[in-house]
Amino acid sequence: MLEITPLHYTALSAALFIIGVIGVLVRRNIIIIFMSIELILNAVNINLVALSSQLQNLVGQVFVVFVIAVAAAEAAVGLGIIIAFYRNKETVNIDEMSLMRW
Amino acid sequence: MDLIWLIPVLPGIGAALNGLVGVRYFDKRTAAYVACGTMAASLLLSLVAFAQLLGLPGDERFHQVTVAEWIPPIPLETAGGIGSFEVPWAFTLDPLSGMMILVVTGIGLLIHVYSVAYMDHEPRPAYARFFCYLNLFCFFMLLLVLGSTFLVMFVGWEGVGLCSYLLIGFWYHKQSASDAGKKAFIVNRIGDWGFILGIFLVFFTFGTLDFHAVAELAAEMPVEAAGMGVLSLICLLLFVGAIGKSAQIPLYVWLPDAMEGPTPVSALIHAATMVTAGVYMVGRNAVLFSHAPMVMEIVAIIGLATAIMAATIGLVQTDIKRVLAYSTVSQLGYMFLATGVGAFAAGAFHLMTHAFFKALLFLGSGSVIHAMNEEQDMRRMGGLKQYMPVTYATMGIGALAIAGVPLLSGFFSKDEILYRTFLHNRLFWMLAVVAAGMTAFYMFRLIFMTFYQEYRGPAWEGGHGDHGEHHEDDGGDHAWHGPHESPRLMTVPLIVLAVGAVLAGYVGVPAALGGSNAIEHFLEPSFVAHAGEGAHGEAAHLSHLAELGLMAISVLIAGLGIFLAYRNYIQRPETADEWAERYAGPHRVLTNKYYVDELYDATFVRGTMVGARGLWGFDGGVVDGAVNGTGWTTVASSRISHVLDKHVVDGLVNLVGWVCQEGSYGFRRVQTGLIQNYAFATLVGVFAFVTWFLVGR
Repeated sequence: MLEITPLHYTALSAALFIIGVIGVLVRRNIIIIFMSIELILNAVNINLVALSSQLQNLVGQVFVVFVIAVAAAEAAVGLGIIIAFYRNKETVNIDEMSLMRW
Repeated sequence: MDLIWLIPVLPGIGAALNGLVGVRYFDKRTAAYVACGTMAASLLLSLVAFAQLLGLPGDERFHQVTVAEWIPPIPLETAGGIGSFEVPWAFTLDPLSGMMILVVTGIGLLIHVYSVAYMDHEPRPAYARFFCYLNLFCFFMLLLVLGSTFLVMFVGWEGVGLCSYLLIGFWYHKQSASDAGKKAFIVNRIGDWGFILGIFLVFFTFGTLDFHAVAELAAEMPVEAAGMGVLSLICLLLFVGAIGKSAQIPLYVWLPDAMEGPTPVSALIHAATMVTAGVYMVGRNAVLFSHAPMVMEIVAIIGLATAIMAATIGLVQTDIKRVLAYSTVSQLGYMFLATGVGAFAAGAFHLMTHAFFKALLFLGSGSVIHAMNEEQDMRRMGGLKQYMPVTYATMGIGALAIAGVPLLSGFFSKDEILYRTFLHNRLFWMLAVVAAGMTAFYMFRLIFMTFYQEYRGPAWEGGHGDHGEHHEDDGGDHAWHGPHESPRLMTVPLIVLAVGAVLAGYVGVPAALGGSNAIEHFLEPSFVAHAGEGAHGEAAHLSHLAELGLMAISVLIAGLGIFLAYRNYIQRPETADEWAERYAGPHRVLTNKYYVDELYDATFVRGTMVGARGLWGFDGGVVDGAVNGTGWTTVASSRISHVLDKHVVDGLVNLVGWVCQEGSYGFRRVQTGLIQNYAFATLVGVFAFVTWFLVGR
């Protein structure tokens, strides 16, 4: 059986990150964009955890806990904003968020 | 005698009172009282001073009073190194100025009194103004007479000129009067130019302006028998001043026109006092003049020429005042003739007697004009003898006096002049006698035309409509009731002056008639540098018999003049017209006053006008052209600058703006407002940095 090496973790993390970024850049639905951001964060988490075990250093895992906490907070605030936006515009299309355009 | 400075100051105070307060607040009576009161006080002081002067021994009759400093000493260059230019307010009383102050204050007072009635129909402010001017005139005239330096005299000299101008133009709403005033002032200016140049030269030569000091210094210098020295030049310049003020050829033209002024003014200023200032000034500088025999000759010739020329013009004038004006010019010519032949005392004597009878004649003519309701043309008078006996009698005396009828004042003074002229030059004497004959003729022509014959004037309400042609005359605002005798305020001065005109001559009865010629001995100290020094130039003397013969001739000539006037204007009144027809050419020349006014008009006035026009053209063409050219250049260059500004400077500014704007259009496209675009840009940036970070290093 193929041993899982740090390269695999890194590749997975990179794949997740790229998927997240593309999701953020391409999708119009704000919920999807939000979920893509979560993907990016978790790609980072994977990276941190993997390298933490590889280097036998717990700092990376502690960082992950922080990131998860921040992500949770972010999700709370972000969802709040999205709901408020939806109530105003009755849409979740990000192209409608154009109040500050010239 | 130390109070002589008050003599001019008193009328000055009167003038100030009437001028500053009176014009606004005084009623006519107060104004008249102020003016006459100050004059009377001045006359009183003059009499006292004169009496004190008489009380002194003959060679000590010289009194100088310095009242105040005027110009403090200033170092100035003179011919003899650096001198000190210093002028005090100093007054001199000596026989000559003593006589003059009596004439000025005495006749001045009489004329003031006369004016009270004569100017009565003037409105109140004009009345006070008139007396203010009259007093001011007396102030300046007395300053002129009493001043003991050239500069103080010059102040008076200019002051009387000013008053003359003010009084000639007193009725300034009349174009002719204001023109005459200006003419008098401007013509006098020419004379004053000579006078002040003379003063400069006096100071440069002698280093002082005091008459007495100058006379003493000049006496030391040699007589300039041949050629022109500095003394001759001084005298010539001073004489130019005298010509202007005393109306001699060629500057006499202002005096006849000055008759536009009120008649008392003509009497006081243009007959008795101001116009004699030139004679007085020459007499005051007798020492200077006697050192310049050539100038003396010029003075005599100009005086003689003026005497004859003015007398001939006087023969045909019809305006009563103009006849008298030309007579004045002629008599002034006599005075200059006298001074020119060295008879300064005779000139001054004639000045005094002339002041009496000419003031009398002028005031009489004023009385006539008053009676005739402002009519001045003698052709429209006549027969006034019965209406105004006092005026007739007094004017008759005046005419007899000026004609040189024996035992009246004019006879003594004129014969003294004729006698001295005879000693000097027989030709001069002959011409002067002819002029005397003409004087007699035109004076009696005036008397006969005015008082004799029958009445030719306008008719008046209430009868006498059968006299003369009917003439609608509504000139006055009050009804005119025919010629009438003037009020007492006017006749009393006439009578006083008539008495003076009779008696004034007796101070100078010549030796040939058993007199002692007192006035000549009295005045003599004023004409020499050192009192007590005998008069020089008394070389020739005729026997008393010859002198009497000369007198007889001049009396005969005067009688002939009177007889001719009688024949032409009383016996056969048509003769005058016949003569005028027979000698049409000369008559026309004379009535037009030798065309001198026209000549001056064509030369000096026109010349000045052309010159002024030329200068105006120069001003308009060249100076204004330069200014306008500068303006035009400025406009043109600013236009260029404007174009540059608009297209280059503004262009650059706009270009910057345009570039910014256009650039911002491009950049604006970047700011899409789409978050994802931003996020993409951020990503690209991050990648770029990371790539550079990883690979580039």
